[in-house]
Amino acid sequence: MQYSLQLNGKTHSIEAEPGTPLLWVIRDELKLTGTKFGCGVASCGACTVHLDGEPVRSCQTLIEDVGGSEVTTIEGLESPEAKAVQQAWVELDVVQCGYCQSGQVMSAAGLLKENPKPSAEEIDDYMWGNACRCATYQRIRAGVQRASEIMEA
Amino acid sequence: MTVHSSRRGFLKGAAAATAVFMVGVRPNGVLAAASAESKMFNPFVKIGSDGSVTAIVKHFEKGQGPATGLPTLIAEELGLRMDQIDYEFAPSNPQVYSNLLFGQFQGTGGSTAMANSFMQYRKAGAAAREMLISAAADEWGVDAAGLRIEEGMVVGAGKSAPIGEFAAGAAGLEPPAEPKLKDPGEFRLIGDPDVRRLDTEIKSNGTAKFAMDLHLPNQMIAVIKRPPRKDGMAVGMDDSGAKAIKGFINAAILPNKAGVAVYAENTWAALQAREALDVEWDMSQAESRSSDEIKAEIIAALSAEPEFNVLKNDHGAINAALDGAATVVEETFYFPLLAHAPMEPLNCTIEATADGGILLHDGCQFPTGPHMALAQIFQLPMEKIRINTMLAGGSFGWRATPDADYQVEAALAFVMTDRSRPVKLVWSREDDIKGGRYRPAFGHKVRVGLDGDGNIVGWDHRIAGQSIMKGTPFEALTVHDGVDHSSVEGVSDTPYRIPGQFVGLTDTQKATSLLWWRSVGHTHTAYVMEVMMDLAAKAAGRDPVEFRLAHLNGEKDQDRMAGVLKLAAEKGNWGRVPEGRAQGVAVHKSFGSYVAEVLEISGNAEDGVRIENVTCAVDCGIAVNPDIVKAQMEGGIGYGIGHVMRDQITLTGGEVDQFNFPDYEPLRISDIQAIDVHIVASQEMPTGVGEPGTPPAAPALANAISAASNNLRVSSLPMAENGVSFA
Repeated sequence: MQYSLQLNGKTHSIEAEPGTPLLWVIRDELKLTGTKFGCGVASCGACTVHLDGEPVRSCQTLIEDVGGSEVTTIEGLESPEAKAVQQAWVELDVVQCGYCQSGQVMSAAGLLKENPKPSAEEIDDYMWGNACRCATYQRIRAGVQRASEIMEA
Repeated sequence: MTVHSSRRGFLKGAAAATAVFMVGVRPNGVLAAASAESKMFNPFVKIGSDGSVTAIVKHFEKGQGPATGLPTLIAEELGLRMDQIDYEFAPSNPQVYSNLLFGQFQGTGGSTAMANSFMQYRKAGAAAREMLISAAADEWGVDAAGLRIEEGMVVGAGKSAPIGEFAAGAAGLEPPAEPKLKDPGEFRLIGDPDVRRLDTEIKSNGTAKFAMDLHLPNQMIAVIKRPPRKDGMAVGMDDSGAKAIKGFINAAILPNKAGVAVYAENTWAALQAREALDVEWDMSQAESRSSDEIKAEIIAALSAEPEFNVLKNDHGAINAALDGAATVVEETFYFPLLAHAPMEPLNCTIEATADGGILLHDGCQFPTGPHMALAQIFQLPMEKIRINTMLAGGSFGWRATPDADYQVEAALAFVMTDRSRPVKLVWSREDDIKGGRYRPAFGHKVRVGLDGDGNIVGWDHRIAGQSIMKGTPFEALTVHDGVDHSSVEGVSDTPYRIPGQFVGLTDTQKATSLLWWRSVGHTHTAYVMEVMMDLAAKAAGRDPVEFRLAHLNGEKDQDRMAGVLKLAAEKGNWGRVPEGRAQGVAVHKSFGSYVAEVLEISGNAEDGVRIENVTCAVDCGIAVNPDIVKAQMEGGIGYGIGHVMRDQITLTGGEVDQFNFPDYEPLRISDIQAIDVHIVASQEMPTGVGEPGTPPAAPALANAISAASNNLRVSSLPMAENGVSFA
């Protein structure tokens, strides 16, 4: 099947079988590898992308369901929230192995867009689905709070 | 970061660009002969004519920090700012890049990256500094003694110029035999808490390339259909269903019959084709035991006479001491199998090179292992096998297997092709959880005797479990008189002053593939030691911190352990528990480092436990990158706690019951509210940080839960086995 995919501000013509997860279109067809394969069952959040600005798990988003929605991957992420998150991540050295961090950044940017000043509990609620096996969670929480400050300044 | 495709090309490039030099490489580009002397002057520093400095990092980066730590050592001695140095991962060459604590073996593990590199990389940086200064002195016609390097500039004698201007001149000089190192008092970067990781930006914007992210032109994806139980063998298959999957290329039984390789144009097609494949398995040799049987064998072994008397002392005398004790506390513990489950599932890519060699792209933890295995499989000399080490998305031990299992799997998948297309082997999360090599199951049974003053007078400690090291190439190094040290470490060598300690070990049958798991034997031994110390303190009517300190006096080892315990107790407000809260404490030495943790919870086992904060104190000698040390403690604590809260691998009739994160639940952000890490100032040589944060975390939690829950004994893991629920 041919699909027309709006991704990172461009229209891509994609040849894919129906039922193909958006994750594999992004990684294997478009070769944008910032979006990660972690579990394939929407339990880890490493594959998080934005669909019309909202975080979704691309491993459980099928290509035929994307339609005309705009997909944003970490490579195309340019919102003020995203910039603040990435600045905070660097300031606090949030990462360790880093494999989950694209997904963490995508979710954190989504959270701050929805709620620019989240409490610790709101951060935990929103970020719960993004697993980090290195357990960088303390810094993720602090990073979101720092990003919130950066946005306010 | 540059990824160079081969060591040879790398050296040729270095020689061709005349103004580039590498410490330890002779001017003609030939490596100095491998000798004791050359170890000090290995090619760890590369300097371009533009002044760019690259540290060649011999340890892979899985998040633990060597890609920052080793460049820090070079920048310190060479006279650079951290923004003036970059890194590349070393090629596979055990003569040059061995782990100095592993013999002639290149690899990362045992929390040794900094411990074995600290002097080596400093000397490499210092040698480069002296050579550059010498070249500058020659060019300027001044005395080298009046010159120094500051922030990448050679300065002195009224002159100043970037180091790159002297790289070509320095390349012609012999490296100094004993370069002068800085006094610790002169350190600017080592110990600076503001030094930032060199890999944060690329890991925050999606540009970091892990092995999973490699896309070679014309590559195929291979996934392996594995037997439902360990050691099943593929004897036949039908791929007619797979042929209906667009992008499916082929399927073939692996030469060792360990599974069926499924080749496809892309990952999704490979995964789908694998689902559609019918395989006939010979299960006659396959594992058939259940985890209940494994547990029963271990528990039974704890009550029998132990196979090994680890400390070779008089068990009868210790039993007599226990018989005469005023009080005896006794407990039996059980630890289940655990999976590593790093975020990046295992993968690697193999391609044939134009010169008839083989190139492996891998987040490679033990380069020497796969290097030798691939040489054997492809019947090629070692120099024809090259390894491109890429970033690894975690490991926790998984990427370091004694038999290079996944690289061998990829090689076997590649051998069966016409070798015209690179083969990228990809594991799914299900492969990872179901086909993992697990932290072995272990049991402990301990009796501690106290005298009338509440001091320990006897400690009878039985351990039973499956040896990790026996049957591996590491056996000679780690098994002595039948005792696998990794089964008893943390007990038989505890810094506690324990009169009358007996340690008995019984090896039980291996039921599954086993492997070291972050902190190896300390994953269970620290738990048992520290829960027993708490039980003994309670039985003695003494404060748990005071009781431990009373058994930590006399020697330096004990003083350092006491030091972290006091610091954690002070910073964690030990004994001043807010209403509705309870505290637990644990302290343990592992990988040369001492870590104490005070953990505070709200709630209790019945109503639900919430971990409010963890206060950690660490003494790891000189903390080269203090912020990375803190991060490793934070992560190690999370790793230790996450698994005891709810994780285990169980087997039913030999088959793994869990499949993916929904039933092997990772620690989540809401599980720990805060972690606060304090580093003991030290001038001792650096010791481990990747693992030592893990061992005390779980027993500190167990002790806090016990304090909050009417002295509930949390001795079988995961904690739900003891009726513990979490909020």
